[in-house]
Amino acid sequence: MGRKLLLEHINVPGINTFDVYRSKGGYAAVEKALKTMSPDEVVEEVKKSGLRGRGGAGFPTGMKWSFLAKPEGVPRYLVCNADESEPGTFKDRYLMTYIPHLLIEGMIVSSFALGANTSYIYVRGEMMPQIRILEKAIAEAKAKGFLGKNILGSGYDLELYVQPGGGAYICGEETALLESLEGKRGNPRIKPPFPAIAGLYGRPTVVNNVESIAAVVPIVNEGGDEYAKLGIGRSTGTKLISAGGNLKKPGVYEIDLGLPVEEFLYSDEYCGGIANGKRLKAVVAGGSSVPILPANLILKTINNEPRLMSYESLADGGFITGTMMGSGGFIAYDEDACIVRNTWNFARFYHHESCGQCSPCREGTGWMEKVLHRLEHGHGKMSDMDLLVDVSKKIEGNTICPLGDAAAWPVASAIRHFRDEFEWHVTNGAEATTRNYGLAHYADPLPKLETAG
Amino acid sequence: MKVTIDGIPVEVEPGTTILNAARQIGGDIVPPAMCYYSKLEGSGGKCRTCLVKVSKGSEKDPRPMPKLVASCRTTVMDGMEVQNITSPEVVEARKGVVEMLLLNHPLDCPVCDQAGECHLQDLGFEHGAAKTRYEFDRRTFEKIDIGDKIQLHMTRCILCYRCVFTADQITNTRLHGILNRGDHSEISTYITKAVDNDFSGNIIDVCPVGALTDKTFRFKNRVWFTKPVDAHRDCDKCCGKVTLWYKGEDVIRVTGRKDVYGEVEEFICNTCRFDKKKTADWVIEGPRKISHKSVISSNHYEFTPLPVVKTNPVLMEANKEQFERDTRL
Repeated sequence: MGRKLLLEHINVPGINTFDVYRSKGGYAAVEKALKTMSPDEVVEEVKKSGLRGRGGAGFPTGMKWSFLAKPEGVPRYLVCNADESEPGTFKDRYLMTYIPHLLIEGMIVSSFALGANTSYIYVRGEMMPQIRILEKAIAEAKAKGFLGKNILGSGYDLELYVQPGGGAYICGEETALLESLEGKRGNPRIKPPFPAIAGLYGRPTVVNNVESIAAVVPIVNEGGDEYAKLGIGRSTGTKLISAGGNLKKPGVYEIDLGLPVEEFLYSDEYCGGIANGKRLKAVVAGGSSVPILPANLILKTINNEPRLMSYESLADGGFITGTMMGSGGFIAYDEDACIVRNTWNFARFYHHESCGQCSPCREGTGWMEKVLHRLEHGHGKMSDMDLLVDVSKKIEGNTICPLGDAAAWPVASAIRHFRDEFEWHVTNGAEATTRNYGLAHYADPLPKLETAG
Repeated sequence: MKVTIDGIPVEVEPGTTILNAARQIGGDIVPPAMCYYSKLEGSGGKCRTCLVKVSKGSEKDPRPMPKLVASCRTTVMDGMEVQNITSPEVVEARKGVVEMLLLNHPLDCPVCDQAGECHLQDLGFEHGAAKTRYEFDRRTFEKIDIGDKIQLHMTRCILCYRCVFTADQITNTRLHGILNRGDHSEISTYITKAVDNDFSGNIIDVCPVGALTDKTFRFKNRVWFTKPVDAHRDCDKCCGKVTLWYKGEDVIRVTGRKDVYGEVEEFICNTCRFDKKKTADWVIEGPRKISHKSVISSNHYEFTPLPVVKTNPVLMEANKEQFERDTRL
């Protein structure tokens, strides 16, 4: 059983209140950082920990922090990205609902490290209960002197604000989030300049995911080196995985990075296998925007090594046979799931959420959605698959923000791995509306890899 | 700073964008731009037609950039090497972007006032496929009159945001903007409100397609049947330097003076644009030079019948009426 760093006390009754959280050792990181460490030392610890951004891209947090421009006399900002809206991902909501003080504590320590005196938590508009929970938690922390002026007598001031968003997926993109926070239309900005140079109100800004900020707490408590001992290779520490789909025990799990996917899926400690005695067909390993993989490829890499839950192992094989860690939205599909319908569903989501700023994404997502809709409802053509791949290629990499890539990858990968199912939808149009294609060979053992030369 | 675009070196000021460096060279290597407008701050980066490949980042850091970049918003570095039309990857990507731009465009050029001076038309001619692969209904909108002089036909809009920037930067107040998201997004005044401003007419000039049209000119004539003439007048609001578009003796349209990239040299006020439509109002400077590639210049300035027609008396006789009409124009 892996160590829990974030969710250790999640089952303690009343952990969402300040007093219980404090009695379980909460806010020790604030005391330690503000009383015994300098901001640079905190940044150094985070760098040593090897913590990678938990929001999807996996960019090292410490490095991101060290890029922050620090001109004299100009305020800096820390913004927490709690605009979690990726289909399949619900770890941040879980964390904010049940243990909000962990996020507050992380925000205080991180803001201290970055020298920010005003910090924002940008919460997705649909998460109204979480917004109230966070505001209550902030009020509690403020009453106890952990926020506001001169925190714990250290001379450090911090004001923390919760900002509800309008509920747009695109506002989870960091520059769109900043635009939205400034009160404008949530369109991603054209980079450069990066937020570390000119972010919120043109000031240097760091935008971090909820989980990344929460992970700073154990890093400060135990030291970066201790944290780096967990995990595997360059994927250090623990990660919250929100497991969903046709699983026996869906939910949010904290795992040590490097846990084999097979163990995560089938062991009773985690997901407990596929529900209703069905067999696994496919997995989306990191939220809807990462490539989907059939059962055989998610359990083993193409080299027949067991695939692990880590940034590197999941990406093993590139886009041909690999996927990505993403934001940790682990969705499992059993043999009854229809991949075409699922792909259409994702495409519909990206079509709906595209901001409409740059043309390939604005027009391309809608096009893919319409073609997939046609395929799913049995009116497709054999040429549609090539068309979809071509359209996804035209979008990928040609857009301002990564939403274009996120829309293109699931479609391209579904066709790459499940082409026969798409073709069956074309050849058996009427039947495809009444029943699913089934498991086919997707769970068969991988064929032996032929090594070239 | 030295930058090489498609093998042609050019010296530019620091802070210049790749697109502007290419414009200093000129010619075929200039990436097309649908949304970038050099007179509007913050414009560009959206349409993605100006994508180029940076094959060498700079002298200091010679690594190529991993993705194609929008040349209108990427500043040059010393020693940068850029590939535009010499890179098949760029040409392919641009073709894709043009296809995307045309997906929901009605292609109603035969009835569109912009035809003949439309950037999307040029771009489609250059990069577009003869047939579309899109088999679904295109999005359509009702035409809206925003103000008594400007009509908005959202169906044709490619959402370049130029008119939004114009209203922000040239006029006192912006009364229109982008509503909704994705491919449902539209330019609108929200609750239909007139865009009423001394400089509002400029949003017609900056529109790269026929989404915003001059109501005083709508359906009056095709642009290639009109003659552009430079003229000026003393105006207390603007520079007063315009192009008059003549049909016979009448001024049927007044616009700003557009350069080879379709950008106006100076913005003009609504009085000049909409109200002064008599030759007597203006001091004529002379014919406006239009690129010989443009359809506008194809019809009247010079008329050269095909050689075979000139030498064959039978064909001469058969085309007599045509010759007379063309030489009269």
